[in-house]
Amino acid sequence: MYLDHGVVTKEELIAAGHYPSEARMKKGPVAVCECLQKIPCNPCESSCPAHAIHIGENISNLPELCEDKCIGCGSCVVACSGLAIFLLDKSYSDKVGSVSFPYEYLNNYQKGDVVKAADRSGKNVCMGTIKKIITTPKADHTTVVTLEVPIEYVDEVRSIYREK
Amino acid sequence: MRQCEVLVIGGGPAGLSAAIEAAKAGAQVVVVETNREVGGQLVKQTHKFFGSSRHRAGTRGIDIAKILRKQCEDLHVELKVNSLVMGIYADNVVAIDEKKSLTEHNIERIQAKKIVISTGASENSIRFPGWTLPGVMGAGAIQTMCNYHRVIPGRKLLMIGSGSVGLIVCYQLMQAGAEIVGIVEALPHINGYAVHASKLTREGIPIYTGYTIKEARGKERVEQAVIAKVNPDWSTVPGSEIVLDTDIVAVGAGLKPLIGMAHMSGCEFVYDKALGGWAPCHNKNMESTHKGIYVAGDTTGLEEASTAIEEGTISGIAIAESLGYIPKDKAKTLKDEGWERLAGLRSGFKGEDRVKAKMKQLNRYDEVMKGGK
Repeated sequence: MYLDHGVVTKEELIAAGHYPSEARMKKGPVAVCECLQKIPCNPCESSCPAHAIHIGENISNLPELCEDKCIGCGSCVVACSGLAIFLLDKSYSDKVGSVSFPYEYLNNYQKGDVVKAADRSGKNVCMGTIKKIITTPKADHTTVVTLEVPIEYVDEVRSIYREK
Repeated sequence: MRQCEVLVIGGGPAGLSAAIEAAKAGAQVVVVETNREVGGQLVKQTHKFFGSSRHRAGTRGIDIAKILRKQCEDLHVELKVNSLVMGIYADNVVAIDEKKSLTEHNIERIQAKKIVISTGASENSIRFPGWTLPGVMGAGAIQTMCNYHRVIPGRKLLMIGSGSVGLIVCYQLMQAGAEIVGIVEALPHINGYAVHASKLTREGIPIYTGYTIKEARGKERVEQAVIAKVNPDWSTVPGSEIVLDTDIVAVGAGLKPLIGMAHMSGCEFVYDKALGGWAPCHNKNMESTHKGIYVAGDTTGLEEASTAIEEGTISGIAIAESLGYIPKDKAKTLKDEGWERLAGLRSGFKGEDRVKAKMKQLNRYDEVMKGGK
């Protein structure tokens, strides 16, 4: 349970109806809101140009993503104050896919770098190639890193492994 | 003696918001701030805020501080920094100690028609063997050192407490280059927002729920911490000890309202755990049981900067109304909107407890004003 130790699992997200379908991920990048706790917060909803995220009048409702409306633009990834939204893409190959995540640490990473990829518990699960590093003024110092990993790890990888 | 219409004690989010609303309506406002800069805790909150996107959610705290300060300056609010309020005396006379330099102080008295107490909160400490060793520090103090003064107090940090403050401070220390050796939480679950915890766990930071600190060890300063599993009666489980190398033990054990000024004014208090302990009760104008003295923000119950802003806003409107700057019906609409936004911020995780505690304060105010005990 994510409340016991802070690590969300794919199973919990699926059980809550918060994980995009395999079919949708095969079509192109799609957002996943890994936000399972009712907290008063709604910037993801208003950031979405496609109106794909619904929270409603009660700002403590959980975000509900309409995967068919989502255009995979990543606006919500930098809008989420909890850094809990990711973009997943399994559309362009049978072998690899990509995960985009917010990254607010000082770093020297560059496009093309091969790095150790970390799962939600910070464990190194595979290697990944940095495909994109995007920093826009609108993102207000929240960089988005897109990491290409073996397709079976797209559902697990959420950061770059931190060396001890 | 100098006179003013509105005097705000404490230039944090609540105080500045009260000043802005009162000044916007036409009142003459002085904000007294003990630090060298207004903004309160916002000046070190480098993270993006939760809340409603219609009200600055998604904006970093440090930027909200700049926005509020600019609004005050544009409205010609007098911001009296480096100034400590020594006390509130009879007839709303406030004594202020203004630090001019290291050795020079200027003592001034100002009589105000209305006073806002928005002095915020202070950190709780916990006692354990070794707690007086250098290197054992409050989580908020570490955040001030690191994010405001740009001094990192240590390289390997152990956090006690998984409340939102503890989690955020760990994240920010990691951004500053420190290693976080772990977070200890006596409860069996994460106490703060889970998303803050998830940011840390995916960087490999262990969160020891059901653990407590047993001892901090070191010769001149902290070198090691011993943590252990905690029983329901708060004793520790023998043999469950883990020894961690660390040079900073951060204590994120919550905060309590700073109520000295309200106490000195004779305001009536209510105790509630959900709001951090004793806090002055108030009515829907944020006016305390001492007529003309208003309370807003963490002073009147520990919450967040977003709620402090709304409480400050309501108090500023109510003050402007009572000074005759805003007609009654317009003030009512504005205040109702503020209470609605507060209800939104007090929904969800732990919201219900705070709503109940706030109701207790409002009810106690009514009781006292009707002459009850």
